[in-house]
Amino acid sequence: MHRFANPARFMRIATLVLPWAMGVAILTLGAGLWFGLAGSPADYQQGESVRIMYVHVPAAWMGMFCYTAMAVCSAMALIWKHPLADLLARATAPVGAAFTFVCLVTGALWGKPMWGTWWVWDARLTSMLILLFLYLGYMALADAFDDPQRGQKAAAILSLVGVVNVPIIKWSVDWWNTLHQPASVVKMGGPAIDSSMMIPLMLMAVGFHAFWVVVLILRTRAEIAAAKVRTLRMAQVHAAGQAEQA
Amino acid sequence: MTRKQRRLYFVVLGVLAVGAAAALVLTALRQDIVFFFSPSEILEAKVPTEGRRIRLGGLVEQGSVVKDGAIVRFRVTDGAHTLPVVYSGLLPDLFREGQGVVTEGKMGPDGEFQAAEVLAKHDENYMPKEVAESLKKTGHWQGESQPAK
Repeated sequence: MHRFANPARFMRIATLVLPWAMGVAILTLGAGLWFGLAGSPADYQQGESVRIMYVHVPAAWMGMFCYTAMAVCSAMALIWKHPLADLLARATAPVGAAFTFVCLVTGALWGKPMWGTWWVWDARLTSMLILLFLYLGYMALADAFDDPQRGQKAAAILSLVGVVNVPIIKWSVDWWNTLHQPASVVKMGGPAIDSSMMIPLMLMAVGFHAFWVVVLILRTRAEIAAAKVRTLRMAQVHAAGQAEQA
Repeated sequence: MTRKQRRLYFVVLGVLAVGAAAALVLTALRQDIVFFFSPSEILEAKVPTEGRRIRLGGLVEQGSVVKDGAIVRFRVTDGAHTLPVVYSGLLPDLFREGQGVVTEGKMGPDGEFQAAEVLAKHDENYMPKEVAESLKKTGHWQGESQPAK
Protein backbone atom coordinates (compact mmCIF):
# COMPACT_ATOMS: atom_id res chain seq x y z
CA MET A 1 0.00 0.00 0.00
CA HIS A 2 2.73 2.44 0.95
CA ARG A 3 4.38 1.95 -2.44
CA PHE A 4 1.49 3.75 -4.10
CA ALA A 5 1.62 6.70 -1.72
CA ASN A 6 4.17 8.37 -4.00
CA PRO A 7 2.29 10.87 -6.22
CA ALA A 8 4.72 10.48 -9.15
CA ARG A 9 4.36 6.69 -9.18
CA PHE A 10 0.60 6.99 -8.75
CA MET A 11 0.37 9.32 -11.74
CA ARG A 12 2.39 6.92 -13.91
CA ILE A 13 0.01 4.07 -13.08
CA ALA A 14 -3.04 6.34 -13.39
CA THR A 15 -2.00 7.42 -16.90
CA LEU A 16 -1.89 3.75 -17.91
CA VAL A 17 -5.25 2.97 -16.28
CA LEU A 18 -7.12 6.04 -17.55
CA PRO A 19 -7.85 4.97 -21.17
CA TRP A 20 -8.94 1.50 -20.02
CA ALA A 21 -11.26 2.92 -17.38
CA MET A 22 -12.70 5.32 -19.97
CA GLY A 23 -13.27 2.46 -22.40
CA VAL A 24 -14.94 0.28 -19.77
CA ALA A 25 -17.12 3.19 -18.62
CA ILE A 26 -18.32 4.05 -22.13
CA LEU A 27 -18.97 0.42 -23.10
CA THR A 28 -20.74 -0.67 -19.92
CA LEU A 29 -22.78 2.53 -19.54
CA GLY A 30 -23.83 2.34 -23.20
CA ALA A 31 -24.75 -1.33 -22.96
CA GLY A 32 -26.33 -0.83 -19.53
CA LEU A 33 -28.53 2.01 -20.77
CA TRP A 34 -29.62 -0.01 -23.79
CA PHE A 35 -30.43 -3.10 -21.70
CA GLY A 36 -32.00 -0.97 -18.98
CA LEU A 37 -34.24 1.11 -21.23
CA ALA A 38 -35.05 -1.35 -24.02
CA GLY A 39 -33.42 -4.77 -23.71
CA SER A 40 -34.97 -5.89 -20.43
CA PRO A 41 -38.53 -6.83 -19.47
CA ALA A 42 -40.98 -4.71 -17.48
CA ASP A 43 -41.60 -5.74 -13.88
CA TYR A 44 -44.63 -7.88 -12.97
CA GLN A 45 -45.71 -5.33 -10.35
CA GLN A 46 -44.18 -2.02 -11.29
CA GLY A 47 -44.31 -2.19 -15.08
CA GLU A 48 -41.97 0.10 -16.98
CA SER A 49 -41.09 2.33 -14.03
CA VAL A 50 -38.80 -0.44 -12.73
CA ARG A 51 -36.24 0.95 -15.20
CA ILE A 52 -35.49 3.78 -12.77
CA MET A 53 -33.81 1.06 -10.70
CA TYR A 54 -30.93 0.77 -13.18
CA VAL A 55 -29.81 4.29 -12.30
CA HIS A 56 -31.13 4.57 -8.75
CA VAL A 57 -29.59 1.43 -7.24
CA PRO A 58 -26.05 1.74 -8.70
CA ALA A 59 -26.07 5.45 -7.73
CA ALA A 60 -26.94 4.47 -4.16
CA TRP A 61 -24.13 1.89 -4.11
CA MET A 62 -21.71 4.53 -5.41
CA GLY A 63 -22.83 7.00 -2.75
CA MET A 64 -21.89 4.49 -0.05
CA PHE A 65 -18.81 3.17 -1.87
CA CYS A 66 -17.33 6.64 -2.43
CA TYR A 67 -17.93 7.57 1.20
CA THR A 68 -16.20 4.41 2.42
CA ALA A 69 -13.29 5.06 0.05
CA MET A 70 -13.10 8.66 1.28
CA ALA A 71 -13.08 7.55 4.93
CA VAL A 72 -10.37 4.92 4.29
CA CYS A 73 -8.22 7.51 2.50
CA SER A 74 -8.82 9.99 5.33
CA ALA A 75 -7.74 7.39 7.90
CA MET A 76 -4.56 6.67 5.91
CA ALA A 77 -3.89 10.40 5.64
CA LEU A 78 -4.32 10.86 9.40
CA ILE A 79 -2.30 7.80 10.43
CA TRP A 80 0.52 7.59 7.87
CA LYS A 81 0.43 11.18 6.59
CA HIS A 82 0.42 10.03 2.96
CA PRO A 83 0.11 13.20 0.86
CA LEU A 84 -1.73 11.25 -1.84
CA ALA A 85 -4.42 9.89 0.50
CA ASP A 86 -5.71 13.40 1.22
CA LEU A 87 -5.79 14.18 -2.51
CA LEU A 88 -7.77 11.00 -3.25
CA ALA A 89 -10.27 11.67 -0.46
CA ARG A 90 -10.77 15.22 -1.72
CA ALA A 91 -11.17 14.01 -5.29
CA THR A 92 -13.76 11.38 -4.34
CA ALA A 93 -16.02 13.62 -2.25
CA PRO A 94 -17.85 15.54 -5.03
CA VAL A 95 -18.27 12.34 -7.07
CA GLY A 96 -19.88 10.58 -4.13
CA ALA A 97 -22.03 13.62 -3.38
CA ALA A 98 -23.23 13.73 -6.99
CA PHE A 99 -24.12 10.01 -6.97
CA THR A 100 -25.95 10.40 -3.64
CA PHE A 101 -27.88 13.34 -5.09
CA VAL A 102 -28.79 11.29 -8.18
CA CYS A 103 -29.91 8.47 -5.90
CA LEU A 104 -32.18 10.78 -3.88
CA VAL A 105 -33.69 12.46 -6.96
CA THR A 106 -34.33 9.22 -8.86
CA GLY A 107 -35.70 7.72 -5.65
CA ALA A 108 -38.22 10.56 -5.33
CA LEU A 109 -39.20 10.20 -8.99
CA TRP A 110 -39.68 6.47 -8.45
CA GLY A 111 -41.45 6.84 -5.11
CA LYS A 112 -44.20 9.08 -6.42
CA PRO A 113 -45.72 6.62 -8.93
CA MET A 114 -45.01 3.46 -6.88
CA TRP A 115 -45.47 4.39 -3.22
CA GLY A 116 -47.63 7.44 -3.77
CA THR A 117 -45.19 9.94 -2.23
CA TRP A 118 -42.02 11.81 -3.21
CA TRP A 119 -40.48 11.58 0.21
CA VAL A 120 -41.03 10.06 3.64
CA TRP A 121 -38.85 10.31 6.73
CA ASP A 122 -38.19 6.59 7.07
CA ALA A 123 -34.82 5.26 8.21
CA ARG A 124 -33.45 4.45 4.73
CA LEU A 125 -34.36 7.75 3.08
CA THR A 126 -33.30 9.85 6.06
CA SER A 127 -29.91 8.13 6.47
CA MET A 128 -29.26 8.61 2.73
CA LEU A 129 -30.04 12.34 3.07
CA ILE A 130 -27.60 12.50 6.01
CA LEU A 131 -24.98 10.94 3.72
CA LEU A 132 -25.43 13.83 1.27
CA PHE A 133 -25.05 16.34 4.13
CA LEU A 134 -21.88 14.55 5.30
CA TYR A 135 -20.38 14.95 1.82
CA LEU A 136 -21.32 18.63 1.71
CA GLY A 137 -19.93 19.14 5.22
CA TYR A 138 -16.70 17.38 4.29
CA MET A 139 -16.18 19.57 1.21
CA ALA A 140 -17.07 22.78 3.06
CA LEU A 141 -14.81 21.96 6.00
CA ALA A 142 -11.85 21.00 3.79
CA ASP A 143 -11.99 24.45 2.17
CA ALA A 144 -12.81 26.44 5.31
CA PHE A 145 -9.21 27.05 6.47
CA ASP A 146 -6.55 29.36 5.05
CA ASP A 147 -4.05 26.56 5.60
CA PRO A 148 -5.24 23.72 3.32
CA GLN A 149 -3.52 21.11 5.53
CA ARG A 150 -5.54 22.09 8.59
CA GLY A 151 -8.77 21.99 6.60
CA GLN A 152 -7.84 18.59 5.26
CA LYS A 153 -7.20 17.24 8.74
CA ALA A 154 -10.50 18.54 10.13
CA ALA A 155 -12.40 17.17 7.13
CA ALA A 156 -10.67 13.79 7.49
CA ILE A 157 -11.88 13.55 11.10
CA LEU A 158 -15.42 14.48 10.02
CA SER A 159 -15.40 11.77 7.35
CA LEU A 160 -14.31 9.17 9.93
CA VAL A 161 -17.06 10.20 12.33
CA GLY A 162 -19.61 10.01 9.51
CA VAL A 163 -18.54 6.55 8.33
CA VAL A 164 -20.79 5.09 11.04
CA ASN A 165 -23.69 6.15 8.79
CA VAL A 166 -22.71 3.73 6.01
CA PRO A 167 -23.72 0.48 7.80
CA ILE A 168 -26.81 2.30 9.09
CA ILE A 169 -27.88 3.00 5.49
CA LYS A 170 -27.18 -0.57 4.41
CA TRP A 171 -29.10 -2.27 7.23
CA SER A 172 -31.69 0.44 7.97
CA VAL A 173 -34.28 -1.60 6.07
CA ASP A 174 -33.57 -4.64 8.27
CA TRP A 175 -33.19 -2.95 11.65
CA TRP A 176 -36.35 -0.87 11.45
CA ASN A 177 -39.49 -1.18 9.40
CA THR A 178 -39.40 1.33 6.57
CA LEU A 179 -41.42 2.26 3.52
CA HIS A 180 -38.37 1.38 1.44
CA GLN A 181 -38.22 -2.33 0.60
CA PRO A 182 -35.36 -4.53 1.88
CA ALA A 183 -32.22 -5.23 -0.17
CA SER A 184 -32.73 -7.10 -3.44
CA VAL A 185 -29.18 -7.89 -4.55
CA VAL A 186 -26.79 -8.05 -1.58
CA LYS A 187 -28.80 -10.18 0.83
CA MET A 188 -28.94 -13.56 2.52
CA GLY A 189 -30.21 -16.33 0.25
CA GLY A 190 -29.16 -14.73 -3.02
CA PRO A 191 -30.57 -11.92 -5.13
CA ALA A 192 -34.31 -11.44 -5.54
CA ILE A 193 -33.99 -9.98 -9.03
CA ASP A 194 -34.59 -11.94 -12.19
CA SER A 195 -31.39 -12.49 -14.21
CA SER A 196 -32.79 -10.54 -17.18
CA MET A 197 -32.97 -7.47 -14.91
CA MET A 198 -29.67 -8.24 -13.21
CA ILE A 199 -27.76 -7.72 -16.50
CA PRO A 200 -28.48 -3.98 -16.91
CA LEU A 201 -28.13 -3.43 -13.15
CA MET A 202 -24.65 -4.96 -13.05
CA LEU A 203 -23.56 -3.23 -16.29
CA MET A 204 -24.57 0.12 -14.84
CA ALA A 205 -22.83 -0.66 -11.54
CA VAL A 206 -19.57 -1.52 -13.33
CA GLY A 207 -19.97 1.57 -15.53
CA PHE A 208 -20.47 3.87 -12.53
CA HIS A 209 -17.36 2.45 -10.83
CA ALA A 210 -15.31 2.91 -14.02
CA PHE A 211 -16.66 6.46 -14.30
CA TRP A 212 -15.54 7.07 -10.72
CA VAL A 213 -12.01 5.83 -11.58
CA VAL A 214 -11.88 8.20 -14.58
CA VAL A 215 -13.03 11.23 -12.59
CA LEU A 216 -10.78 10.32 -9.67
CA ILE A 217 -7.71 10.19 -11.92
CA LEU A 218 -8.59 13.46 -13.68
CA ARG A 219 -9.31 15.26 -10.43
CA THR A 220 -6.21 13.91 -8.67
CA ARG A 221 -4.09 14.94 -11.66
CA ALA A 222 -5.58 18.44 -11.43
CA GLU A 223 -4.94 18.57 -7.67
CA ILE A 224 -1.31 17.54 -8.12
CA ALA A 225 -0.91 20.18 -10.86
CA ALA A 226 -2.52 22.79 -8.58
CA ALA A 227 -0.09 21.88 -5.79
CA LYS A 228 2.84 22.30 -8.21
CA VAL A 229 1.53 25.71 -9.32
CA ARG A 230 1.22 26.75 -5.69
CA THR A 231 4.81 25.69 -4.97
CA LEU A 232 6.15 27.51 -8.09
CA ARG A 233 4.26 30.67 -7.21
CA MET A 234 5.58 30.57 -3.66
CA ALA A 235 9.11 30.17 -5.02
CA GLN A 236 8.57 33.14 -7.37
CA VAL A 237 7.29 35.35 -4.58
CA HIS A 238 10.18 34.24 -2.42
CA ALA A 239 12.73 34.95 -5.20
CA ALA A 240 11.17 38.39 -5.89
CA GLY A 241 11.38 39.22 -2.20
CA GLN A 242 15.04 38.26 -2.07
CA ALA A 243 15.84 40.28 -5.23
CA GLU A 244 14.24 43.34 -3.63
CA GLN A 245 16.32 42.96 -0.52
CA ALA A 246 19.55 42.66 -2.50
CA MET B 1 5.02 2.40 20.32
CA THR B 2 5.77 4.61 17.35
CA ARG B 3 3.73 7.72 16.60
CA LYS B 4 2.19 6.02 13.58
CA GLN B 5 0.99 3.11 15.70
CA ARG B 6 -0.38 5.49 18.29
CA ARG B 7 -2.33 7.36 15.61
CA LEU B 8 -3.59 4.06 14.18
CA TYR B 9 -4.97 2.91 17.57
CA PHE B 10 -6.41 6.37 18.17
CA VAL B 11 -8.32 6.33 14.86
CA VAL B 12 -9.57 2.74 15.35
CA LEU B 13 -10.70 3.45 18.93
CA GLY B 14 -12.34 6.71 17.85
CA VAL B 15 -14.37 5.04 15.10
CA LEU B 16 -15.40 2.23 17.48
CA ALA B 17 -16.47 4.76 20.13
CA VAL B 18 -18.56 6.74 17.63
CA GLY B 19 -20.10 3.48 16.41
CA ALA B 20 -20.99 2.40 19.96
CA ALA B 21 -22.51 5.81 20.71
CA ALA B 22 -24.58 5.69 17.53
CA ALA B 23 -25.77 2.16 18.36
CA LEU B 24 -26.90 3.24 21.84
CA VAL B 25 -28.75 6.30 20.54
CA LEU B 26 -30.47 4.36 17.76
CA THR B 27 -31.51 1.58 20.14
CA ALA B 28 -32.96 4.12 22.56
CA LEU B 29 -34.88 5.88 19.76
CA ARG B 30 -36.18 2.66 18.22
CA GLN B 31 -39.84 3.56 18.76
CA ASP B 32 -39.37 6.84 16.91
CA ILE B 33 -37.31 5.46 14.03
CA VAL B 34 -39.68 2.71 12.95
CA PHE B 35 -41.82 4.05 10.13
CA PHE B 36 -45.03 2.22 11.01
CA PHE B 37 -46.61 -0.09 13.55
CA SER B 38 -48.14 -3.48 12.80
CA PRO B 39 -51.78 -4.27 13.64
CA SER B 40 -50.49 -6.51 16.45
CA GLU B 41 -48.49 -3.71 18.06
CA ILE B 42 -51.52 -1.41 17.96
CA LEU B 43 -54.10 -3.96 19.13
CA GLU B 44 -51.88 -5.28 21.93
CA ALA B 45 -51.53 -1.63 23.05
CA LYS B 46 -47.75 -1.66 22.75
CA VAL B 47 -47.91 1.84 21.30
CA PRO B 48 -50.00 4.79 22.50
CA THR B 49 -52.75 5.37 19.95
CA GLU B 50 -55.12 7.64 21.88
CA GLY B 51 -55.70 10.75 19.76
CA ARG B 52 -52.26 10.43 18.18
CA ARG B 53 -51.48 10.39 14.51
CA ILE B 54 -49.71 7.12 13.79
CA ARG B 55 -48.81 4.93 10.84
CA LEU B 56 -50.21 1.45 10.44
CA GLY B 57 -48.48 -0.99 8.09
CA GLY B 58 -49.11 -4.51 6.86
CA LEU B 59 -50.68 -6.41 4.00
CA VAL B 60 -54.07 -5.56 2.53
CA GLU B 61 -56.15 -8.62 3.38
CA GLN B 62 -57.35 -10.64 0.39
CA GLY B 63 -60.98 -9.87 -0.48
CA SER B 64 -61.30 -7.08 2.08
CA VAL B 65 -61.37 -4.02 -0.21
CA VAL B 66 -64.83 -2.43 -0.47
CA LYS B 67 -65.22 0.76 -2.48
CA ASP B 68 -68.20 3.02 -1.81
CA GLY B 69 -67.83 6.09 -4.00
CA ALA B 70 -64.69 7.90 -2.87
CA ILE B 71 -64.61 5.98 0.40
CA VAL B 72 -62.51 2.81 0.55
CA ARG B 73 -62.64 0.29 3.34
CA PHE B 74 -60.09 -2.50 3.68
CA ARG B 75 -58.41 -4.56 6.34
CA VAL B 76 -54.68 -4.50 7.14
CA THR B 77 -53.18 -7.70 8.48
CA ASP B 78 -49.81 -8.91 9.73
CA GLY B 79 -50.84 -12.55 9.87
CA ALA B 80 -51.61 -12.50 13.60
CA HIS B 81 -53.98 -9.52 13.90
CA THR B 82 -56.14 -7.51 11.52
CA LEU B 83 -57.35 -3.91 11.67
CA PRO B 84 -60.14 -2.36 9.58
CA VAL B 85 -59.19 0.87 7.78
CA VAL B 86 -61.36 3.55 6.19
CA TYR B 87 -59.89 6.02 3.71
CA SER B 88 -61.21 8.62 1.35
CA GLY B 89 -58.96 9.74 -1.49
CA LEU B 90 -56.72 8.57 -4.30
CA LEU B 91 -54.99 5.23 -3.86
CA PRO B 92 -51.47 4.62 -5.24
CA ASP B 93 -51.18 2.42 -8.35
CA LEU B 94 -49.59 -0.42 -6.44
CA PHE B 95 -52.45 -0.61 -3.92
CA ARG B 96 -53.75 -4.16 -4.28
CA GLU B 97 -55.14 -6.93 -2.17
CA GLY B 98 -52.29 -8.97 -0.76
CA GLN B 99 -49.89 -6.07 -1.30
CA GLY B 100 -47.96 -4.16 1.37
CA VAL B 101 -49.45 -0.88 2.52
CA VAL B 102 -48.62 1.90 5.00
CA THR B 103 -51.44 4.17 6.14
CA GLU B 104 -51.21 7.28 8.27
CA GLY B 105 -54.09 8.41 10.46
CA LYS B 106 -55.83 7.98 13.80
CA MET B 107 -57.65 5.18 15.56
CA GLY B 108 -61.37 5.91 15.48
CA PRO B 109 -63.58 5.44 18.55
CA ASP B 110 -65.17 2.39 16.90
CA GLY B 111 -61.83 0.63 16.48
CA GLU B 112 -61.61 1.51 12.82
CA PHE B 113 -58.39 3.15 11.65
CA GLN B 114 -59.20 6.45 9.92
CA ALA B 115 -56.48 6.92 7.33
CA ALA B 116 -55.56 10.33 5.98
CA GLU B 117 -52.88 8.94 3.68
CA VAL B 118 -52.30 5.56 2.05
CA LEU B 119 -48.88 4.59 0.65
CA ALA B 120 -48.04 1.38 -1.17
CA LYS B 121 -45.09 -0.70 0.04
CA HIS B 122 -43.70 -3.22 -2.39
CA ASP B 123 -41.33 -6.09 -1.70
CA GLU B 124 -37.77 -6.64 -2.91
CA ASN B 125 -38.63 -9.10 -5.71
CA TYR B 126 -38.20 -7.96 -9.28
CA MET B 127 -39.07 -10.19 -12.24
CA PRO B 128 -40.87 -10.12 -15.57
CA LYS B 129 -44.55 -11.02 -15.66
CA GLU B 130 -43.91 -14.32 -17.43
CA VAL B 131 -41.54 -15.49 -14.70
CA ALA B 132 -44.03 -14.54 -11.99
CA GLU B 133 -46.75 -16.50 -13.75
CA SER B 134 -44.65 -19.61 -14.29
CA LEU B 135 -43.52 -19.52 -10.65
CA LYS B 136 -47.17 -19.52 -9.62
CA LYS B 137 -48.00 -22.36 -11.99
CA THR B 138 -45.22 -24.55 -10.65
CA GLY B 139 -46.06 -23.64 -7.06
CA HIS B 140 -42.71 -21.99 -6.30
CA TRP B 141 -44.27 -18.58 -5.67
CA GLN B 142 -42.83 -16.83 -2.63
CA GLY B 143 -43.85 -13.24 -3.29
CA GLU B 144 -46.41 -11.59 -1.09
CA SER B 145 -49.00 -10.81 -3.71
CA GLN B 146 -50.70 -11.59 -6.97
CA PRO B 147 -49.15 -10.34 -10.19
CA ALA B 148 -50.87 -7.45 -11.94
CA LYS B 149 -53.62 -8.55 -14.24
